[in-house]
Amino acid sequence: MELTTNVMKYWLVTADEKMQTHKEYLSELDQAIGDGDHGHNMARGFQVAAENAKESTEEDIGALMKAAAMTLISKVGGASGPLYGTAFLKASDKWKGKTSLSKDEFAEGLEAAVEGIKTRGKAEAGSKTMLDVWTPVLDYVQHHDIAAPDVSAKAKESMEQTESMKAEKGRASYYGEESISHIDPGAYSSYLLFEALAEALDKEEA
Amino acid sequence: MKKFINNPEDVVEEMLEGMAAAHSNELRRLPGWNVLVRKDAPVTGKVGLVSGGGSGHEPAHAGFIGENMLDAAVAGEVFTSPAPDQIFEAIKAVDSGSGVLLIVKNFSGDVMNFDMAAEMAAAEGIDTEQVVVKDDIAVENKEDRRGTAGTVLVHKIVGTAVEEGLNLQEAAELAQHVTSRIGSMGVSLSPSTVPASGKPGFTLADDEMELGTGIHGEPGMERKKIQPADTVAEELLDKVTAELEVKSGDDVIALVNGQGSTPLMELYIVYRKAAQLLSGRNISIHQSMVGEYMSSLEMAGCSLTLLKLDDTIKKYVT
Repeated sequence: MELTTNVMKYWLVTADEKMQTHKEYLSELDQAIGDGDHGHNMARGFQVAAENAKESTEEDIGALMKAAAMTLISKVGGASGPLYGTAFLKASDKWKGKTSLSKDEFAEGLEAAVEGIKTRGKAEAGSKTMLDVWTPVLDYVQHHDIAAPDVSAKAKESMEQTESMKAEKGRASYYGEESISHIDPGAYSSYLLFEALAEALDKEEA
Repeated sequence: MKKFINNPEDVVEEMLEGMAAAHSNELRRLPGWNVLVRKDAPVTGKVGLVSGGGSGHEPAHAGFIGENMLDAAVAGEVFTSPAPDQIFEAIKAVDSGSGVLLIVKNFSGDVMNFDMAAEMAAAEGIDTEQVVVKDDIAVENKEDRRGTAGTVLVHKIVGTAVEEGLNLQEAAELAQHVTSRIGSMGVSLSPSTVPASGKPGFTLADDEMELGTGIHGEPGMERKKIQPADTVAEELLDKVTAELEVKSGDDVIALVNGQGSTPLMELYIVYRKAAQLLSGRNISIHQSMVGEYMSSLEMAGCSLTLLKLDDTIKKYVT
């Protein structure tokens, strides 16, 4: 399996479509245990990142993803901007100068992204955050040949598991026990991101 | 939603334009950025002070720009942290070569964005230090405490200190010291509505109040039947004095802050009781502040902040 520059571009564009489609739902999830703007923030950031990617003639995957990272950092805002931005920025560094990624190279970038999220957010998996989707997806990618339906299924299952967790980070943590029985909005947007990746992979294979 | 706005997407931009127009003798806007700076920034030889955060807390933070106060304030979307590039522009605009102290309220978004801005500044050779204000004692774990109205006291005291010549390291230490002696506690009667969502952030019954609500409507410690002002003042005061271990003979600054739609009349009624109680306990009020300093849009309610003074801090209380 090879992830080309086109797959990565398509990933960003598809992620944007999903953020737009699920904008209201994401904000509703955030209304329950946060401040209710996650969907709008993600939609605003990914819209610009996707537009830039569409117009970009960049072949270097690292440069393409770095541009997306900078856009997310400046356009998403809140806590999600630095977290998603740092994730893409750290990954882009591993993908610098490449026009195609092997599975292992992709996994290397994803690993750097997860480390970046942990450092930036001073968090680990298990605290009801986006890491509860990123970490299991990384684990899957590191240990399996990537199959699109499995990436999507792994992300979905992990996202759903945040529902029974108690929030220990960010604004949701102020809700304590009350945060239980709500899906984490950051986990949901991360699920959308990996579902978009799965679709981008599918499209390339087709 | 009933508000004097034109379009929910434009509220921050239009507010900044209004502030810059209204206070053109004191401040100016950095063109193209959601940043207001002291008119004469950067001030030669002085450490720059930058604060900021989500909008909706006016007059915080831009209202505190000026001599002996902030050099710049960065405005995010309503209740949303500003992005690092905005903060970085503020840092660049106020750095005179003496470095910049960032005063950050403890919210995960703010902390991360200011961290990234500090990294960007470091990459360009600008020294920064950060102090994270955690004065909301409604949150049990000290490290998780939110930054609220007490932040304004840090602006004022450290602002005076850097004007008198403290260097960046000294200013950061003083800011940390001041922060460690501030405690705040709020009580709310009704929620605020973020223009973009159009819906109230939480609901409270007509006869209920919530103790410890955060400045963005984060859930507090408990909800109960509304009490008379004196009872409320006493409860807030008891909690804050217990937390800060304020005792007979101590000096404090006392701040009663309005959350947005509570009249000054009520704030003074709350202040009155707090002052009586402090006096009865032989705690002297060195300085008092009553009014809106850190609002939460149209939230109704108030908060009480105490700063337990010592000789180090008193030098800079003017």
